[in-house]
Amino acid sequence: MGAVTLRVWRGDASGGDFESYTLEQNEGEVVLDVIHRIQATEAPDLACRWNCKAGKCGSCSAEINGKPRLMCMTRMDTLPEGPVTVTPMKTFPIIRDLVTDVSFNYVQAAKVPALMPPPMPVGGYRMFQEDVERGQEFRKCIECFMCQDVCHVIRDHEDNKAHYAGPRFFIRYAELEMHPLDQNDRRDLIREDMGLGYCNITKCCTEVCPEHIKITDNAIIPLKERVVDAHYDPVAWLGRKIRRKTKTSAVDAAVQPAP
Amino acid sequence: MSEAVQEHHEYDVLIIGAGGAGLRAAIEAKQRGLKVGIITKSLLGKAHTVMAEGGMAAAMGNVYPEDNWKVHFRDTMRGGKYLNNYRMAELHAKEAPDRVYELEQWGALFDRTKDGKILQRDFGGHRYARLAHVGDRTGLELIRTLQQKVVSMGTDVFMECKVLKLLHDAEGRIAGCVGYWRATGEFVTFQAKTVILATGGAGKSWKFTSNSWEGTGDGHAMALWAGARLIDMEAVQFHPTGMVWPLSVRGLLVTEGVRGDGGVLRNSLGERFMFNYVADMFRAETADSEEEADKWYDDHSAGRRPPELLPRDEVARAINTEVKAGRGSPHGGVFLDIATRRTPEFIRRRLPSMYHQFMELAGVDITREAMEIGPTCHYIMGGVQVDADSQETIVPGLFAAGEVGGGMHGANRLGGNSLSDLIVFGRRAGIGAAEYIEAGSVATAFDQSEVDAAIADALAPFTRAEGENPYSVHHDLQEMMQADVGIIRNAGELEEARVKLLAFTERVKHISVKGGRAYNPGWNLATDLPAMITVSTCVTIGATLRKESRGGHTREDFPNPDPELGKINFAQSTDGGNWDSPVTVVESPILVMPAELKALLEEAK
Repeated sequence: MGAVTLRVWRGDASGGDFESYTLEQNEGEVVLDVIHRIQATEAPDLACRWNCKAGKCGSCSAEINGKPRLMCMTRMDTLPEGPVTVTPMKTFPIIRDLVTDVSFNYVQAAKVPALMPPPMPVGGYRMFQEDVERGQEFRKCIECFMCQDVCHVIRDHEDNKAHYAGPRFFIRYAELEMHPLDQNDRRDLIREDMGLGYCNITKCCTEVCPEHIKITDNAIIPLKERVVDAHYDPVAWLGRKIRRKTKTSAVDAAVQPAP
Repeated sequence: MSEAVQEHHEYDVLIIGAGGAGLRAAIEAKQRGLKVGIITKSLLGKAHTVMAEGGMAAAMGNVYPEDNWKVHFRDTMRGGKYLNNYRMAELHAKEAPDRVYELEQWGALFDRTKDGKILQRDFGGHRYARLAHVGDRTGLELIRTLQQKVVSMGTDVFMECKVLKLLHDAEGRIAGCVGYWRATGEFVTFQAKTVILATGGAGKSWKFTSNSWEGTGDGHAMALWAGARLIDMEAVQFHPTGMVWPLSVRGLLVTEGVRGDGGVLRNSLGERFMFNYVADMFRAETADSEEEADKWYDDHSAGRRPPELLPRDEVARAINTEVKAGRGSPHGGVFLDIATRRTPEFIRRRLPSMYHQFMELAGVDITREAMEIGPTCHYIMGGVQVDADSQETIVPGLFAAGEVGGGMHGANRLGGNSLSDLIVFGRRAGIGAAEYIEAGSVATAFDQSEVDAAIADALAPFTRAEGENPYSVHHDLQEMMQADVGIIRNAGELEEARVKLLAFTERVKHISVKGGRAYNPGWNLATDLPAMITVSTCVTIGATLRKESRGGHTREDFPNPDPELGKINFAQSTDGGNWDSPVTVVESPILVMPAELKALLEEAK
């Protein structure tokens, strides 16, 4: 097989530039294989994240020829002829080379009020396949954070990160809202603090999802409907006032005893 | 604090590793009101648990009501060729169902039976359909559930932190650990009353492996260096079905669920060759015709089990033999065929990530063609010797749970018993640590000289202007272990391996690293290599001493099990000092099983 050239962004928070590496191409290789061969030879200090190398862990997200992709699932022979450009995800601050600081996502994860199920009956809960399937779609998420990376609300507007959870967490909220056992109500939180309204359903997130989760259609749009219903429906509003259903904090919900 | 260390933390329970075992231990300790910290080499949620596919074994009896813990216990002991710590196998079989139900309280969504219970699937070595699962991504469900629980409890998680060494106090109790942040290369110390090792496995020392870069045996090695004992290190599991082509994905796991859901193995002649490899101990319960085997999938009382669902050690050896006899597939494996046996819809629904994996990486549509597969280094049964009930090691304050622990699986682990192992013994380690702290005699300070020595070792590669590339050392180690300490072993190759490992030890001492300390994978690998060499050495020593074939350990010069060796575990330890201090081995008698448990094994023979 012929040679292949990778143009890899190298640098840190203070700046950087592209470096080109030209190697022999091997049959069936993915971009991550080529990165690994560069590490093993020319540049042992080339920083990248990876774990499973099978599209299951979501560690090796990068932008390949400008598009968010998992490096482990992108075959070299599917890319157009010519040099392949590999850059770190743009939405997150650079740590080094292809490694970014994705802590924004872990901050958002900590804000999610936990599942609040009823006490478990003897012999376990009964749930039906068609009811769990909606949540299962969202639980396929491997947390590659490429939907966060591509979302223009935070990709182009750093200041929105303070009040916007992003697609990854909208599917998490959708999953909890649709969970057959959940008794918690997060609708006000989603509207007021998680910035669901900022999403104007351009579906960029759905397009890059390596798990093919229909983020916009199956999570964000239904979530918008639920939130709007809860907020603007006068009967629901009155009911809320009377019942004073309060958000359970994550920590409160967490201290249920183990069975 | 020394000058080299600018950051320090203190915890009651410090957990190293954030896979299933570490996270489950954290939940337990946290629920008991303790201050808990978790350290992980990767980001949270990326640990090896995430790659587990088929399911977690728990005798809930949702599909076959006749299933119960006694049958699960028996299956586990038989699968482990009776080398197991029987008490661990007993606790595991009894407690796994409650641990699975508990996950549902925390948000897990398993696949369901028609009447709304948790669905269970068939797997090798399990008499009944027993694996709770979510398609073929059960590990993702497990880690995400535990991760979300841990985060909701407000637990401190230290991500991308590599631990170098465990620390002691003056009385020899565990007192914490020293490590560095991968992002900056800065050192950090943790003082802790207890440390729970939950570091997973060591497969990255072999060339063809399903393990990620993290599987470097850090916990095994650190436990040994800290004074704990490692048992059964020769017991390494080669999973029968790893991808073999393209070369770049060789070793990548193909779930046993393919066979549980009807997939069969064929050689280049099209034969279902597994019928020719049924060992005596499994003959009575294994089908002897394809017709009988095929009836079993729908109704386990209509026929005996297909031989494709024998325990992993049996299947891996058979594949190895077929390939050596020239009946392999074009790329040196055999064929795993589900395409001719199940509908495309069934395959895509039950095995979505396998479908995706083969389609994307190999260009193979598994609903239309057979997969090419072969054995891949997958799991280490050997590990830190622990008390079954508390998971405590012989070093006060040090606990181990999950793959890094030894004993539970004996000489061979059944598929599905790993995820349940994590949650059963992760919880028990959390309780064990809490009780140790309650008992009162805990370390309050660590020995600073241990910190200084670990840091000096870690920085040494930067001080050498010329030297070995860490990637070359790792590459050569993988080649050597694959060739000399692989699936089939003999005295000559093992002796060669021992000599070569001494040379590898020297090479590690001459590694030179380029660049700075901030997120430098070359340096990170250099600091992983001492653990990899240590574990490889222990595996080689154990394999040399076990002059028999048992479970995952196969000697071509001793092809049969030896009843006398079946009564002992080889326990390895060092007297401390350097990471390459010589290992001493003692014969540790296996626990004697009470009569009522022994009867369970006899009954079903």
